[in-house]
Amino acid sequence: MTYIKPKFRHPEMPKNRVGYAKSDYEGVISTLCAGCGHDSISGSIVQACYEMDIEPHRVAKLSGIGCSSKTPNYFLNNSHGFNSVHGRMPSVATGANMANRDLIYLGVSGDGDTASIGMGQFVHAIRRNLNMLYIVMNNGCYGLTKGQDSATADAGSVSKSGSVNPFEGIDLVGMALELGATFVARSFSGDKTQLVPLIKAALSHNGFALIDVLSPCVTFNNNPGSTKSYDYVRDHIEALAQIGYVPEKEEITVSYEEGSTVGVELHDGSVVHLQKLADGWDPRDRQAAMRRLQQAKADGEILTGLVYVNPESKDLHEVIKSDLRPLNSLKEEDLCPGASTLEILNEEFR
Amino acid sequence: MKPTDIQNPEYFHKVVDCQYACPAHTPVPEYIRLIAAERYTEAYMVNWESNVFPGVLGRTCDRPCEPACRRGRVEEEPVAICRLKRVAADNKGDVKSMMPQGPFAPNGKKIALIGGGPAALTVARDLTPLGYEVHLYDDQNKGGGMMRSQIPSFRLPDSVLSEEVGFILDLGIHTHFNTRVESLKDILSQGYDAVFVGTGAPKGKDLADLPGRWDAQANIHIGIEWLANVAFEHTSKIGKKVIVLGGGNTAMDCCRTSRRLGGEDVKVVVRSPRKEMKASPWEIEDALHEDIPILENHVPKSFVSENGVLKGMYFEKVEAIYDNGKRKLVPTGEPDIFIEADDVLVAIGQENSFPWIERDLGLEFNKWGLPVLDEKTFQSTLPKVFFGGDAALGPKNVITAVAQGHQAAVSIDLYCNQQSLYERPSPYTNLISQKMGIHEWIYDSDVTTDIRYKVPHADKSLTLKDRKKEVELGFSQDTGFKEAQRCLNCDVQTVFTEDKCIECDACADICPTTCITFTINGEEDDLRSRLNAPAHNVEQELYVSDTLKTGRVMIKDENVCLHCGLCAERCPTSAWDMQKYLYSVTKAGCQSSILETI
Repeated sequence: MTYIKPKFRHPEMPKNRVGYAKSDYEGVISTLCAGCGHDSISGSIVQACYEMDIEPHRVAKLSGIGCSSKTPNYFLNNSHGFNSVHGRMPSVATGANMANRDLIYLGVSGDGDTASIGMGQFVHAIRRNLNMLYIVMNNGCYGLTKGQDSATADAGSVSKSGSVNPFEGIDLVGMALELGATFVARSFSGDKTQLVPLIKAALSHNGFALIDVLSPCVTFNNNPGSTKSYDYVRDHIEALAQIGYVPEKEEITVSYEEGSTVGVELHDGSVVHLQKLADGWDPRDRQAAMRRLQQAKADGEILTGLVYVNPESKDLHEVIKSDLRPLNSLKEEDLCPGASTLEILNEEFR
Repeated sequence: MKPTDIQNPEYFHKVVDCQYACPAHTPVPEYIRLIAAERYTEAYMVNWESNVFPGVLGRTCDRPCEPACRRGRVEEEPVAICRLKRVAADNKGDVKSMMPQGPFAPNGKKIALIGGGPAALTVARDLTPLGYEVHLYDDQNKGGGMMRSQIPSFRLPDSVLSEEVGFILDLGIHTHFNTRVESLKDILSQGYDAVFVGTGAPKGKDLADLPGRWDAQANIHIGIEWLANVAFEHTSKIGKKVIVLGGGNTAMDCCRTSRRLGGEDVKVVVRSPRKEMKASPWEIEDALHEDIPILENHVPKSFVSENGVLKGMYFEKVEAIYDNGKRKLVPTGEPDIFIEADDVLVAIGQENSFPWIERDLGLEFNKWGLPVLDEKTFQSTLPKVFFGGDAALGPKNVITAVAQGHQAAVSIDLYCNQQSLYERPSPYTNLISQKMGIHEWIYDSDVTTDIRYKVPHADKSLTLKDRKKEVELGFSQDTGFKEAQRCLNCDVQTVFTEDKCIECDACADICPTTCITFTINGEEDDLRSRLNAPAHNVEQELYVSDTLKTGRVMIKDENVCLHCGLCAERCPTSAWDMQKYLYSVTKAGCQSSILETI
């Protein structure tokens, strides 16, 4: 009987630049159903953080409630974590981020946690451009309560029990674009070659980064007629571009064909390369992104890849001009600058 | 790469590293699980069927299985396979009732076995139940061959050896002990349908040309002859100062035996550097433990004696120079070293010797004095005569002799039935799913991190006083269980079914040792460079699936798979399954395997 992962790892597994093996980014063994897309996303997060040489203690992982929100236990076990109330992860992330801007914030949510109970929180985190990666593990159903349709289930999608969803699904990508999100992407749990570089790029982005990851629920939503099954997604997926992520410290060695490639430099100096772009596509053009998204919807395609990025994005701290230092590093003299400072301040109002 | 053909019995056989490395292909993980289940009798029988002498081999085997053990690639040390075999032998119950029960209906064929060692006894065991009238000739007064004459009792008690030899003789063998065969022609004239020669490598090498060799003959002994004399109690003492020449296991047995017969200052002297010694590391360790120093890089120069009494030996100091992989021993120029000695034991190798085989019978010998054989069938150029053990392809070890004995028995049976010797029976194989529930397997899939357990030894103060007192005490049942749990169950195979796979990546994500990769197919070298984990060990296969729906293939590097079953547990569609693979070399007459009943 195996509920415990064996301790042995591949003896030749290399360590990254900060001295950690990939296994140092793992979590406990997953209790989700075998074959759950969420586990693949956890695997992608592990791989991305390992390859980006992120020290685990510099990451704070936050989640709400649901199958998706259980996953922070299954990756980055050496990082900070907060499993919050249903749909309230953005508030907790906002508070944590305001208190300590030095950490990397990784929020994990699901379609219920984001598009239903947490919708109000989600939209305001976007509006404020909170510096975080917000991953939605989107399976179009409530897997934890036996698979009822969620708010992201497409109209016409057939559930495991055979009922057809009569309601329009919420498109989180379209909505985020509308709300002014500065990094918007969609991906598929079964395509790590796309998801891993997207996660890396999102972690390098300064501001709110949404990755809506289609993540099939093998138990309740992987049936014929479902629009979020492995087979359906694979049949209808339309990638905007092949994506490559080059960290700042590495030289770009790959040569790309002229005209078909866009390189977007991100806040930390790393570069996202988008290859084989469809129709002269530019991910920095928000209106084009919105049009392309609508077009895909009309064509019945599932558009994946980096839909929109604003490399000039200013995050919440910059907007409100907060202190550059984490609150826990502020000394008494910083917090109580004394009577003379108060005097100067008061003078301004006289 | 082409999809792996798992229908080929050799593919999964190779994954079971220990069994594959064993010359007799003993189903190691199967008997280790039986030991863990306290089914010692069955564990013994699984061994007995394939290696005939579990008790003997559990103490003395050269253990080719252990360096091959996958555990040694995952952590420091392999499973103590050899000593677990002994646990089965030490704790077995009534095994005799599980062995073939005579009398057997005669098939009218009569065969002669020359020599009573492991190879010939294996042939006897395999052929007697088929109705052959088996005649065994040996010049010793008991069966066992070199296992009796050359392996000292402190490593292999007489009771253990005699019991296992007895199991075979009791099948109804016609024994002719104390009978030295002086002529093959004579044997052939006695109407045998086939003759098996298992006379070992009975001649110890000498230093006949070394100055002074013949001046003190009473104090200069040939290692294997001296050991035989000790075993048969013709020799019971040796001088206080002893030099043992040679670096093999015979030398280790000689020096340790000397310590028990009165040798106080016993030294092993070898020509080459110590790391090149042929003796097993554990034998060397045991010799050192008994206060026997090993002097390396000493080349014997001369024997020194006075009035026919040995005084010692001169040695030249050398150093090893390696040039293009070739080693040369170059004198250092230091003055020769004199080492005092009352007795010298020469244990520098052994040779085959067939003075009793007439050269005009049509049985050809090669330039090394070995019979010309077909290495698959062990048939000589005289079709009726077969060879096995050290007599066949030169000195190896007991387990190799047993393996050759099995093959020679198959050949003899085919020969006596006028069948082609090349249409040999395929191995018995079976692949059975181990699934019981979502997280439950028939086998214990948990992987323990315990490090290798040490076998307790009897105290030196006791063992050096009595040459028959066994040094190794063997694992207790408790320790045996713990050591057995270290086995990774490599025979429980990860079997992949392409058309069930939905490519959810769950297996690749969960695999602790990152064995599994889904990627676009390519040539092997290219694939090995693109896997999720380094895959440099080209001796281990890549398990490649057929093309999957997305155009990719599943590649599993067998190298460090823990056989923990997590890939199968995390697979939503049972595209992965853990299936126990049994492989047994089919014996003469296609007798059914014990594996079919356990």
